[in-house]
Amino acid sequence: MATKDLKIPLLEELEKGPWPSFVTEIKKSADNPMARDTLRQLEKSYEDKISHWKHGGLVGVMGYGGGVIGRYSDSPEEFPEVKEFHTYRVNQPSGWFYNTEALRTLCDIWEKHGSGLTNMHGSTGDMIFLGSTTEAIEPCFADLTEAGFDLGGSGSDVRTPSCCVGPGRCEWACYDTLDACYDITQEFQDELHRPAFPYKFKFKFSGCPNDCVASIARSDMSVIGTWKDNIQINQDEVANYAKNGVDIEAEICELCPTKCISWNGKTISIDNSNCVKCMHCINVMPKALSPGKERGATILIGAKAPIIGGALLATVFVPFLEMEEGYEDLKELAEALWDFWGEYGKNRERIGEFIQRVGLANFLDEIGLEPIPEMIAHPRTNPYIFFEDELEEEDE
Amino acid sequence: MVTQRITDIGPPDYRQFLPPIVKANYGKWKYHEILQPGVMVHVAESGDKLFTVRAGSPRLLSIVTIRKFADLADKYTGGHLRWTSRNNVEFLLTDEANIEPLKKELQEYGFPVGGTGNGISNIVHTQGWVHCHSSATDASGVVKAIMDEVYPHFTSMDLPAKLRIAFACCLNMCGAVHCSDIAVLGIHRTAPTINHDDLPKMCEVPTLVSSCPTGAIRPATVDGKASVEVEKEQCMYCGNCYTVCPAMQINNAETDGISIWVGGKVSNARSKPMFSKLVIPFIPNEPPRWPGVVDAVKKIIEVYAAGARKHERMGEWIERIGWPKFFELAEIPFSPLVIDDFKHAGETYNRTTQIRH
Repeated sequence: MATKDLKIPLLEELEKGPWPSFVTEIKKSADNPMARDTLRQLEKSYEDKISHWKHGGLVGVMGYGGGVIGRYSDSPEEFPEVKEFHTYRVNQPSGWFYNTEALRTLCDIWEKHGSGLTNMHGSTGDMIFLGSTTEAIEPCFADLTEAGFDLGGSGSDVRTPSCCVGPGRCEWACYDTLDACYDITQEFQDELHRPAFPYKFKFKFSGCPNDCVASIARSDMSVIGTWKDNIQINQDEVANYAKNGVDIEAEICELCPTKCISWNGKTISIDNSNCVKCMHCINVMPKALSPGKERGATILIGAKAPIIGGALLATVFVPFLEMEEGYEDLKELAEALWDFWGEYGKNRERIGEFIQRVGLANFLDEIGLEPIPEMIAHPRTNPYIFFEDELEEEDE
Repeated sequence: MVTQRITDIGPPDYRQFLPPIVKANYGKWKYHEILQPGVMVHVAESGDKLFTVRAGSPRLLSIVTIRKFADLADKYTGGHLRWTSRNNVEFLLTDEANIEPLKKELQEYGFPVGGTGNGISNIVHTQGWVHCHSSATDASGVVKAIMDEVYPHFTSMDLPAKLRIAFACCLNMCGAVHCSDIAVLGIHRTAPTINHDDLPKMCEVPTLVSSCPTGAIRPATVDGKASVEVEKEQCMYCGNCYTVCPAMQINNAETDGISIWVGGKVSNARSKPMFSKLVIPFIPNEPPRWPGVVDAVKKIIEVYAAGARKHERMGEWIERIGWPKFFELAEIPFSPLVIDDFKHAGETYNRTTQIRH
């Protein structure tokens, strides 16, 4: 075995236990010298308690500004095979659906050009190929595109959009997440490959308010499926759930956030005008309840992780949008956001931070969106109101 | 010979990868049931049944394993499989009789079936020492150690509600872990070390100065060369300067480690989406198996499982019982470091007499 002469006792502690081990995975590729030096350098990190990767150095494919992340060992004499160890982001198919032919093709390409190590998948959604030399980048890219795959985003560009399984398998999908994700990705190929924004911009598509791709927490444009009309009820199935142990009063009625459900011991009734589409009752009784028929999405803007000005959840911009094929309204909104943010956003300022800096009302005014109460949790509690503009308008 | 380069083609059209049963019932699913941990059936309006077998993975996969998954998919699913947003692999079957043989083969190959319903699914995580330059800790190793410990909750569904654990190896949070039931976050605790020899060669001083959110970085001449100095009292160790300039080394083997945050969620079910809140500011890095982190996570899960009501997520449970009770139950000493002092910190103070005595 190619792993016998590797001295990695600390890492081998992580081959113990029931959960599948990443160390075992790297060992499976240990016929590849890059994978072997990955293990050897990682063992050194485990001894030293510090990373031995350096960043810096622009690498990539001709004509793109993103998609490949430069990575170098800080100890190239000791670990020559990972002297250059760049990452490719390969744009995943919508919903992470594959057939075995495509997977084998990808494996063959990565065996030919790189370490044989992957992430299925990276946090943003791409397939990640870990570990390539600078020289291998163009030939690998040529093989990938020949096979129908392209790189994803990195840096200050549109990052690779991702979506939940949607209508491919889920009865709660309120719009076609797979199609919307694919359509938007294709529409904005230039913005995805050639960074021209103040910072990254992420799209994420969830089919219902359960938000399986966490779009409300981590995407600049979060598209979350919802509905306008009545929750569909199958009363016989409600009765079956009750018979089979669901305490309808305690588990459904009392946990409804707006208390809009009542139960008479035989059937439930829902005051749909007060339903906030939270999904709880539907989650507990999927055979009995389902989202309404008038379906679309809520569009929220500006979520992000802490870097730099603190983490933000997304803010409602459009309470309900019909998600018709072509997604023209969504594209128009995205471009309006980019125009204003692109012009005035600071370097490495996400759009959510930018909105806080200029104020939501000013931002809406600039992009031409009408302010409505659905956009706020509550009105301001301080009296420091900038009246001047309003008075000037009255004078005119 | 010059061949035509292919660019800007985007990802392949997903439609070519959908199994025939999905194409036939696209958008026409009626309901689903979890048949056993890791096994679901989705029933279409047509009556067709799609069975899913979900297996956990370490996210970092060798092409050897991906080819094995492909072999299993060819044998049992007609060649169709997908991955989930939490790095699980899902085999999509139409023949119910294939469920048990597939499960058996997956388990023999070392990949557990589970991760559904009211249990713990796979941990979403970042690169760590395997591949990142700014990580304050490893990712895969800590995740492996935690998943070994919580494994029984992956293969069963015995918690009050789903429990989502996420891991990021620094506060760049490539994993955006900040809305998880339990977030494990690598953390730097000391100001960057400046390499004054490299800095003028590698970095632009004005860009570097403006990268600091607290204004702690100032231009300075060191040994006759244009460089910067850091006001250490103003540094909050975010590492933004290191991302902009490799000469601002933020990693520190002695002081880096891990923090624990609890009570976040992204789902809109019942309560609104919530951020995770800091409860343990620092646990040292203890490779290879991080016992301090594993014990802390285990304890938090135990008290949650014992105390929460059915359907109650971690954050909802804590809101009901109150933070003093949480710290008491979890036996976590209350550190002044968990009191916010960033923007809008006042909103996190208790401004009511509603206190449990």
